Formats: sequence, C-alpha cells, structure tokens
Amino acid sequence: MTQIEREEMEFDVVVVGGGPAGLAAAIRLRQIAPETSVCLIEKGSEIGAHIVSGAVIEPRALEELLPDWRDRNAPLRTPVTEEHMLYLTPHRAINIPALDRVMPHMNNHGNFVVSLGEVCRWLGEQAEEAGVEIYPGFSGAELLIENNRVAGIITGDMGIERDGTQGGNFAPGMILRAKQTILTEGARGSLSAHAMQRFGLRKGVESQTYALGIKEVWEIPKENHRPGLVQHSFGWPLDDHTYGGAWLYHFGENLVSYGFVTGLDYANTYLSPFEEMQRTKLHPAFRKHFEGGKRIIYGARALSEGGFQSIPRLSFPGGVLAGDSAGFLNVPKIKGTHTAMKSGMLAAEAVAEALTKDTTEASTFTALVKDSWLWSELRDVRNIRPAFSKWGMKLGALYSGIDSMIFRGRTPWTLHHPHADNETLKPAALCKKIAYPKPDNKLTFDRVSSVFLSSTNHEENQPVHLKLRNQSIWRTVNHDVFDSPESRYCPAGVYEQEQDGTEWNLRINAQNCVHCKTCDIKDPTQNIEWCTPEGGGGPNYPVGM
Amino acid sequence: MTMKVLVPVKRVVDYNVKVRVAADGSGVETQGVKMSMNPFDEIAIEEAVRLREKGAATEVVAVSIGVQASQDTLRTALAMGADRAILIRTNETLEPLAVAGLLKIIVEREAPGLVCMGKQAIDDDMNATGQILAAKLGWPQGTFASAVTIADGRAEIAREIDGGTEVISLALPAVVTADLRLNEPRYASLPNIMKARKKPLETLDAADLGVDLAPRLTIVSVAEPAERKEGVKLNSAAELVEKLKTEAKVI
Repeated sequence: MTQIEREEMEFDVVVVGGGPAGLAAAIRLRQIAPETSVCLIEKGSEIGAHIVSGAVIEPRALEELLPDWRDRNAPLRTPVTEEHMLYLTPHRAINIPALDRVMPHMNNHGNFVVSLGEVCRWLGEQAEEAGVEIYPGFSGAELLIENNRVAGIITGDMGIERDGTQGGNFAPGMILRAKQTILTEGARGSLSAHAMQRFGLRKGVESQTYALGIKEVWEIPKENHRPGLVQHSFGWPLDDHTYGGAWLYHFGENLVSYGFVTGLDYANTYLSPFEEMQRTKLHPAFRKHFEGGKRIIYGARALSEGGFQSIPRLSFPGGVLAGDSAGFLNVPKIKGTHTAMKSGMLAAEAVAEALTKDTTEASTFTALVKDSWLWSELRDVRNIRPAFSKWGMKLGALYSGIDSMIFRGRTPWTLHHPHADNETLKPAALCKKIAYPKPDNKLTFDRVSSVFLSSTNHEENQPVHLKLRNQSIWRTVNHDVFDSPESRYCPAGVYEQEQDGTEWNLRINAQNCVHCKTCDIKDPTQNIEWCTPEGGGGPNYPVGM
Repeated sequence: MTMKVLVPVKRVVDYNVKVRVAADGSGVETQGVKMSMNPFDEIAIEEAVRLREKGAATEVVAVSIGVQASQDTLRTALAMGADRAILIRTNETLEPLAVAGLLKIIVEREAPGLVCMGKQAIDDDMNATGQILAAKLGWPQGTFASAVTIADGRAEIAREIDGGTEVISLALPAVVTADLRLNEPRYASLPNIMKARKKPLETLDAADLGVDLAPRLTIVSVAEPAERKEGVKLNSAAELVEKLKTEAKVI
C-alpha cells in the first residue's frame, strides 16, 4: 500500500475519549498548568453520544474538580430520596433490610440520579471554557510509537470504501503529536489494549473481568413519577451462578432509567443478557414502574468489573491509562463515575509533573493513585465481586455482608478472578436452553426495535469493523461447540447465524453495532476483532441516557 | 472577475436522531438532541466550494440564522471550505418569509453573484425559502438542482423534475437550490476543522436588521405517526382477495 500523506499537529497532551475520566483529566490539566495545550478527541459524533450509565453518581470527585459545580449549573438535579435492594424470586421481591449496614457501599445518601451523557456534555462545556480543544467525531485509530514511546496518536481515516480502497471523499487520518497521551477510552479500549500489550502493563495483575450493561430510558406519567427513587435487584431471573441484576431509577422530567447488568463470566451459552433484561421488566416489582409509559432510548456498554486485583500498570513511556480503560469501577457500589473522574484528575497531575520535569513517563501516577481515597475505596471492596463468582449469588451476598460489616473490607485475604471472561462458557451440549418469553411490544421488545432507539448509524460503505480473525474457527468452535453465543450476547443483533443449504455462516450486521465491546470480550477464542470504525459512527444517545 | 457565492445553512436535528414529540406537544424535542447542518445545505456548501475550486467563483460565504450554537454549523461550513461566515443571531423560530427577509439584507450587503442553498430543511420540510428569496430579490431561480455550470455570466442548471431532468439557463445573479444528487459532500476533516477555528465569523443580531420577523403560521398540534399495526400471514391469493374485499374494503 502506498504511504498515506498525513497532516500533523502538535499538542502538549492528547486525551483519547470524552467520558468522565478524559474530561476530568483535561480540565484538571488546564487548572494546574494553564499554559499546557490539551486536545481531546471523541469517537462519538458529539460529547455524550456514546455514554451509557445508570447512573447514580457520587459527587466526591466533581466536588474536588469544580467545587462551584452548583453555580455552574451542573446537571445533578435529582438527589436520591429512597432506595431499595430487592432479592427476586419468580413472583416475589424480598426487600433487604438495614441496607446501609449490610451493604454499606450501597448507601446513596448525598448522591444524585443523573443522565451521565448530560453530565459529560456539561463537563465538555467546562473543558472548552478552560481552553481544552475538543474534537468529537474522530476516533483514535493507532498509537504513534517512536523510539519505544508513545508520541501521540493517529486518527482514523475517513472515506475508505468497503473493499479497503480510498473513495472519492477519502480524508486521511491526522497525526496528533503529544508529549503525553492520556487514554480514557472506557472499558476495553482499543488503543489502551495496544498500549497494555506493547508495554507489558498487565504483567503480574489478574485478568480484567467485565459485565454487560443494557439500558432503556422510559418516559412515564407524571403522577407515577417518584424522583430520586433508586431500586436494585438480584436473584431471579438469573440462576445462582450468574452474576447480575437490575436497576431502576426515577429521575429528571418524568424519566425512568432501567437496566440490567450481566457478569460476562457467565457459563450457560444459551443465556441472553438482552432477554434477561427484557423479562425482568415483567416482574411485579418492576412492571408497575412502567405503567402508562413509553420507551424512548436504548443502549448498551460493557464495563470493567475486575477492580483492585486487575488494575494494570498505569503509566508507560509517553502516556497513561485512566478511567475504565484501566478499570476503576467500584462494583459493589455500582459506581464508576467518581472513580473515573478521580483517576483522570490524578493522571493530569502526574502528566503535568512529567511535562515540567521533561520525563518520558509520568511514573508518579501510580503513587498518586495509591495515596488517594480511590485506592483505599477499591481495596476495601476487592473481595466482593470475586466472592459472587466463587460461591454464587446467595452465598456471595452473605460473604459480602460479613466482609463489609465485620471486617469493613480489611480482610487479610484477597480472592481472585480465576478466569478471563472468554474462558467461562460451557459447550452447548452441557447447557440448558432458556425459554425466554416473546416480546409483547408494550413492555418487552426485540433487538431490532431496540437498536432503532439508540439512533445508531455507521457510514455504510466503510469496511466492516467487526472481523473474524479466522473464518473457519467460527464454524468449528462458535457454531459446532457453543451454538453461536454471539447471536445471544450481542445486545444489538449484529451477529446472526445463517443456514445456506447444509452450510452455516455468520452474518455480521456491523452497522447495528452500539460499540458495547462484548464480542471482543466474550468470544470463546477471542476470534472476533473489534476495530475502531469511522469517527462519528455508532450510537447517538441523546440527553437522558 | 470576482464572484462571491452566498450559502445559507441551517442547524437542524441530526438526520440520525429518532425524533419524538415534546412532552407539551408543541413540537419536536430538541433539548439535548444532536444537531447538525441540514444535509441539503451541506450539498450546497460542497457545490459552492467546488465552483471556487474550478475557478468559477472567488469566495464562499456561509450564513446561518439561529441561536448562538448555530456557529458550530458555520464552523462545519468553514471546515468544508467556506472562506468566512456570518451568524444572524436570534432565539426565535423563524418562518421562511422572515428568513428570506434577513437573507435579502445580507445579499444586498454582500452582493453575491449566486446564492446556493439547500432545497429544503429536514426539520420543517418547507421548501420555500429559496423561492421567496428569489422573488424578493427579483432574481431568477433554479430549484432542485442536480447539476450547476457557470459560464459567461449565466448559470446552467439541471433540475430534478417528475420523470426526468430539465435544463434551464439563468442570468446571474440567481438563486439555486440544491437537490440530493447534486454532489456528495466531502468530510470536514480534522485538520480543516482545526483551521476553521481561525477563519472569520461575524455575528449580527436579527433584531437589528429591520426585518419583520413575526410568525404568520400557527402550529395547531404535533403528533407522532400512528403505529403500524401488526401484519398477518395469509395462505393463498384467494384469501388475500377475500380480505381486501371484506376487511380492507379496497376492492
């Protein structure tokens, strides 16, 4: 292939990804080193377009970043007013008593139910005001590596045709040079994965584990709206060995955020996170909240659940990892925004120091993290998520209560994540099929009508961004052994198995992809490769998500 | 010879967004929804930039009428190749008559040889501003253009009409409205977006231009289309004929 002529631009710092971590990092940098030039790119068509989160947020990090956030009209408008943790059986819901003592991490006093997309749009405005240059609609396609260090990034080419040739409107990606590059791509970021592999950042840490969150936003009648109501559930419809549960928050103007998280270490190949999410709405404890309402938005995203044990080395020559790219989510709290923001802020401090001292690696980042509340917060809950994998949901919950109430997280032992999520599926022959109810199109829906509500679009002539590394493995492993698990775990209906005579093929509807990254995580042989598509593509989540 | 092309561009709800009716029924929800340049206006900008690249025009000026955030739309126009931009700021929703009135003021000030604009905006689908502007200016108009050639002080326009193409020749200055097949607009590339930040963008207030902006139309109600009823599978053509007779009552 001929060498593509690329334009170049140089900044002190380039931030990849406009979520809470990247925006907090960019703002913090301009606060402590106002002369630093900071460029932030975001693959979504605008800041917030690819943000999916519950979300109840703890304002701790925001308080530290912008103490006057209330005066700046931050969209944290719905304080949590009541909360319930339910254990579901098929027809009943048992309210866990004394929640603040049994599950102290769940205490949401002082927290807010928000649209995280809206919070990010607002953070974007604060960042621009602080002098950060923000360019949405451009993806980071490659790390620019020179002299064994990251020297910036290359943005994705635009206008490549389906067959890989340059179309009439071809616009080559641009080289964004940076003294330091901050990777805040969220869970399973592609540049982050490259950096981890290139610089051996995961050496000596446990595998990252993930979960898939699938979300809907409903608009309900005003008389049924209870702003600030927070409800979580575990138990039914998942079996005792599958980690997960539902959330339901009332917030904003008659809006309800509903969603379901499924641990991607699940074993039954017939499990469908999408359908678990749909059928949970039929439970009496949830159904009543949707009455007279209308579903308005749909989306999905994988999140990191490995926690403390899985945090990689955070700095490398020329850059750092922060937010969910590194994996700072607090699983028992079901919150990652405050930790993502805090990690971004600390990354900014370390990067600013590296710029002043003119060192290649911002190696003080790790020490800054270890000295902060972020570290102790994650350390204290480190055993909770692995306990659920080890002993199942009921005993896991019991262990979690003991760990939290008696030891307050200071246990002398650490539980491990024994497997990566792609290793846990059982062959179809050993799995029980699950009979999911048919969508009623009132409360429950199919994938196609759901993806429609994510306003997803990809430039249709571009190369398919989801690739099988080896075509034949799909047939012999995915199809023959696991009965095509991707056709069930993908929440956007991207993968369909098709019969052509006697032959089975995998159809990839890449234009439906909502960029959740589950296939990249869960494919049994890691044969599916998620490449960054043309910038601006993917979902277009509106405010409310 | 200098020839300026004026391109009016509108900020609308992005074409990928699934729009929904606002809770109060007054219109479509735009709060927190992604906004972009009207796709037909992108085609108009592309055509103007191509005319300049071919040497048929010397300057491309983009103009937008709307809220302050419409400057983002103008920045996109500048990134696509417009030379400078004018924002006429207003927080009111204006009708084509008022928009054409404001554009007429800009045309008189800028004296372009050509006004090239989208045939309609995808939000209100009025398809009127270009025509009203041409009438107000007393200029010839070439609407639904699928090809534009400028030569010897005239514009040759291929128009998309029912069943084919009509070619007309207009004396300049003229108003041309762009149809879908006129061209495929280029990307606003990252280097060009960066450069566009430094191009001149002038801001005027609509209220200062002495144009009557009062609305003439009243929106009575806004409703979503009726949901499609679930279909049924029939077993034979005879059954279909029967249903068309007895249930649909169309034959």
